[in-house]
Amino acid sequence: MMFIPNFKGYDFFPHDLRLPFMRYKGLALILSFVAMGASLALFLVKGLNYGVDFKGGTMIEVQSKTGPADIPQLREKLGKLGVGGVQIQSFGTPADVLIRIEQQEGAEVQQQAAVKKVVDALGEGYQQRRFESVGPAVSSELRWTGFIAVVAGLMAIVAYVWFRFEWQFALGAIVALSHDVLLTVGIFSLLQLEFDLSTVAALLTILGYSVNDTVVVSDRIRENLRKYKKMEINELLDLSINETLSRTILTGATALAVLLALYIFGGEVIRNFNFAMLLGIIIGTYSSMFIGAPLLGYLGVKREWGGGSAKVAPNAAAARAKDRAGVVYK
Amino acid sequence: MLTFSRWKQITILAICLLGLIIVMPNFFPRSTVEKWPAWFPRKQLNLGLDLRGGAHLLLAMEVNDVRKDWLDTLRDDARRRLREAKIGVSAVGIAGNAVQVRVAKAEDSEAALKALKLMVEPLGNPLLGSSGQNVDVTKGEGTSITITPSEAGLRQRVIDALSAAIETVRRRVDAMGTTEPTIVREGTNRILVQVPGLQDTAQLKALIGKTARLSFHEVHPTLTAAEAKTTRVPPGFKIYTGETKEETDQVLRETPVVRGDELTSANPAFDSRTNEPIIDFGFNNTGARKFGKFTQDHVGKPFAIVLDDKVISAPVIREPILGGRGQISGSFTPETSTQLAIQLRSGALPAKLTIVEERSVGPSLGNDSIEAGTLAGVIGATATILLTVLVYGTFGIFACVGLIVHGVLTIAIMSLLGAALTLPGIAGLVLGIAMAVDANVLIYERIREEVRAGKSAIAAIDAGFTRAFVTIADSQLTTLACALVMFWLGAGPIRGFAVTLTVGICTSIFAAVTVVRLMIFYWLNSMKRARGPLTLPV
Repeated sequence: MMFIPNFKGYDFFPHDLRLPFMRYKGLALILSFVAMGASLALFLVKGLNYGVDFKGGTMIEVQSKTGPADIPQLREKLGKLGVGGVQIQSFGTPADVLIRIEQQEGAEVQQQAAVKKVVDALGEGYQQRRFESVGPAVSSELRWTGFIAVVAGLMAIVAYVWFRFEWQFALGAIVALSHDVLLTVGIFSLLQLEFDLSTVAALLTILGYSVNDTVVVSDRIRENLRKYKKMEINELLDLSINETLSRTILTGATALAVLLALYIFGGEVIRNFNFAMLLGIIIGTYSSMFIGAPLLGYLGVKREWGGGSAKVAPNAAAARAKDRAGVVYK
Repeated sequence: MLTFSRWKQITILAICLLGLIIVMPNFFPRSTVEKWPAWFPRKQLNLGLDLRGGAHLLLAMEVNDVRKDWLDTLRDDARRRLREAKIGVSAVGIAGNAVQVRVAKAEDSEAALKALKLMVEPLGNPLLGSSGQNVDVTKGEGTSITITPSEAGLRQRVIDALSAAIETVRRRVDAMGTTEPTIVREGTNRILVQVPGLQDTAQLKALIGKTARLSFHEVHPTLTAAEAKTTRVPPGFKIYTGETKEETDQVLRETPVVRGDELTSANPAFDSRTNEPIIDFGFNNTGARKFGKFTQDHVGKPFAIVLDDKVISAPVIREPILGGRGQISGSFTPETSTQLAIQLRSGALPAKLTIVEERSVGPSLGNDSIEAGTLAGVIGATATILLTVLVYGTFGIFACVGLIVHGVLTIAIMSLLGAALTLPGIAGLVLGIAMAVDANVLIYERIREEVRAGKSAIAAIDAGFTRAFVTIADSQLTTLACALVMFWLGAGPIRGFAVTLTVGICTSIFAAVTVVRLMIFYWLNSMKRARGPLTLPV
C-alpha cells in the first residue's frame, strides 16, 4: 500500500440538496405517457427502417480503391442493371459506400442472381468489405426472435423485481422499462435509423442499465420505508431519489463518457448501436426517477416490512433529524 | 468486520494471478505463443468473424427433397419385395405423399400386403421404447395397397440426412484447404458454416450449392425423347433433360446401373486426345462388377451419365469396361471439373442445400473495427479512471485496480470457454464494466453517507460494503436474468452480447467488491501501522 499515494477524492455533490421530484410527478407522468403514445403511433404509422436482418435482402459495403467513391456514377451504373430496389449511400469515409439490394421476387436463387449482377457491375475499382444477405424465411424468424428476446428480457426482469420487492415495484419497473424501449424505438422510427439485430442488442442493454437504476432507487425506497415508518410516502420517495442522486449522476456520467468514446471513435459499423445506447441511458435514468418511483406513490405500498432494521437506531434517528431539517418543502 | 483470513487472501490473489496468466497469450503474437512450454496456457481469445474477417453461411435443407427421395426409395423397395415374392403387379408409382401399388391378380393381394408389411420398421431406440413407425402400409380399394411415410419417420429421415449432409459439407470445405472451418447443425434442418479468413465466397458456394448426385443409366434402346413426349413413356423409364444444349434429352431407365456412392476416386484430368477437361473415376468392387456386366451386355449402345437429374453426357460403349475405371467428359472448364471432382469424392448431398443467410467480412474491415474499438476502449477507460480517481482519491485508485482485474478475468474466462468475441460482444463488455464501476460508486457513496451520519471510519467502510452489497446483488442479478434469457433465445449477435455480459456480471462482483475490499483491508492495516489519525480518503 506504500506505493499508492494517500489523497482525498473531491466530493463534488451538494449532499444537502433536496430536489422536489414529486412536485412535478404529475407533469412528468403525463409527458412520459404522451411520449410513449407518440412513439407507439410513430411505430405504427411510419414504421421502422428495418435492416437486412429483419427485412431480408442484401447489403454490401465496398470501399473505393481510388480515393473518394463517385456515388452518382455508381447509381447510374447500377440503375441500368434492371435489379429492383437498389439503394446506394455513403458510409463513414468518402471512399466507403453501402449498397442495399432489396429482397427480389421469388426465391433465394433470384436474389443471388441480382447480387451477382451488382457485384460484377462494380468491377475492379471497389474492394468488398462486408456482405450480408438474409433470405425471407430467416429474416422473419430473426424479427420474431428479436421481439421475443426483448419481451422475455422484460419479463425476466419483472419476475425478479417482483420476487425481491413487492408487486408495486414490479409494476413500476415494467412501466419504466417499457417506456425506455418504446421511446428508443420511437426515436429510431422518427429519424428512420436502421433497425437491425444489433439495435435489438442495444435495446436489451438499455433494459439492463435502466433496471439497474430502478433497482438502486427501489432498494433505497425499501430501506427508507423500514427506517421512517411515519413519513408521508411522497416525501419518502423524494428523500430516496435525492439520497441516490449522487450515485445516479456519477454512474450515468461514466457510462456516458464510455459510450460517447465508442460513438465517436468506435467505427461506423456499431455507430447505430452506440447511438441507441446513448439515448437509452438518458431515457433510462429519467424513467427510474420520474416513472418508477412516482408510480409507487400512486399505487401505495406496504409500510410494514418484516426483518431489517425495524427499530430506528440512535444515529439513524439523528440522521433523520438532520435530513428532515434539510428538506425544503412548501 | 473488515477482516480477511490468510487463506482467503491467498485465494483472492491466486485467482487474480491465474487470470493474468491465462490472459498472457493475448498480448503476444501467435508465433511467439506457440514456442511457449506446453504447460503454459496458450489459448488466445477467439475473435468473431466480424472482427477477424471471414464468411458465415446458413444453409437450409429442402425437406421436400428428402421426402421425394424417400418415396423413390420406398417405391424401388416395394417393387423389389414383390418381385422376390413372385407377385405380379400392374402398377407401382408415387401418388402425392404415398407409394401406390396395384396388384395384378386379386388373389395375390393378401400375400402382397404381407410382403409389403415387412417394410414397416419401428423408430427410435429399442431400449427406450419406439416412437412410432417409419411407414404405414394399408390396403385400399380393390387390389391397391398404399405405403404412406409417417411424419415421425420423415423427421427421422431429415435428421439422418442432415447429419450426412454435415459430413459431406465438411469434406467439401476441407478440400478448399481453409483453416478451422466450423460446420454445425442449427435447428432441425439447417447447417451453419463459418470459415474464418475467407472472403470470396463464390468458390465455397459453388462447392456446397450442388448435391452432386451422379448416376449411370441405361438408355432406352429405340425410343427418343421427342417421340416419348408425344406418346407414353414406357414404365420404369423417364425423360431426363440435358445439362447443356448439346446434350439432347434422353429416355433413360429410372433405376440407375451404378450410383455415385460406389465411386472410390474422382480426379480432374485432361483428355489425352482432345485436351478437354475430364474427370477420371474409379468404382469400388461391387460398382465395378455391376458396371462391367452392364457394359459387357450393351456394347455398341449408348449409356447416360446423369448428374443431379440432368444428362451430362451419353457416350456409346465401345468395349466392356471391366477394370472399374473410367472417364466422364462433359462441357467442363478446368474449374468446374476440379469442383465436380471434389464434390464426387466427398459424396453426394442427401438433399439440396439453399443458402438462406450469408455474411462475410473482409479482413480490412475487421482490422478497422478492432482498431476503432481499441481506440474507443482506451479513451473510455481513461475517462473512467480519471473520473473515479478524481472523485474518490485513493479509493478511486483501488476501484481502478478492481476494474483491471475485472477486465482480465472476463477475458480469461472468455478464453477458457472458447467463446468468440464479436462486435456486439464488445458492447456487452462495456456494459459489464459500467456495472462494475456502478458497484464501486454504490459502495463509496454509501460510505460517504455513513460518514456524514456520524460513523467512525471503519464502521462506515463496513456498513458501506454490507448495505451496498444488497443493492449491487439485486441489480446484477436482474441484469443476469436478462442476459440469460438473451442467451437462451438470441440469435447470432444477441448471443455474443449475452455471453460477454454474463461473464462480465459474474466477474464484476468478485473484482469490484471482493478485490476492492481486500485492498481497503490492506490500506487500513498500513494506516494502523502508521498510527496517524484515520481519515477516509473518499
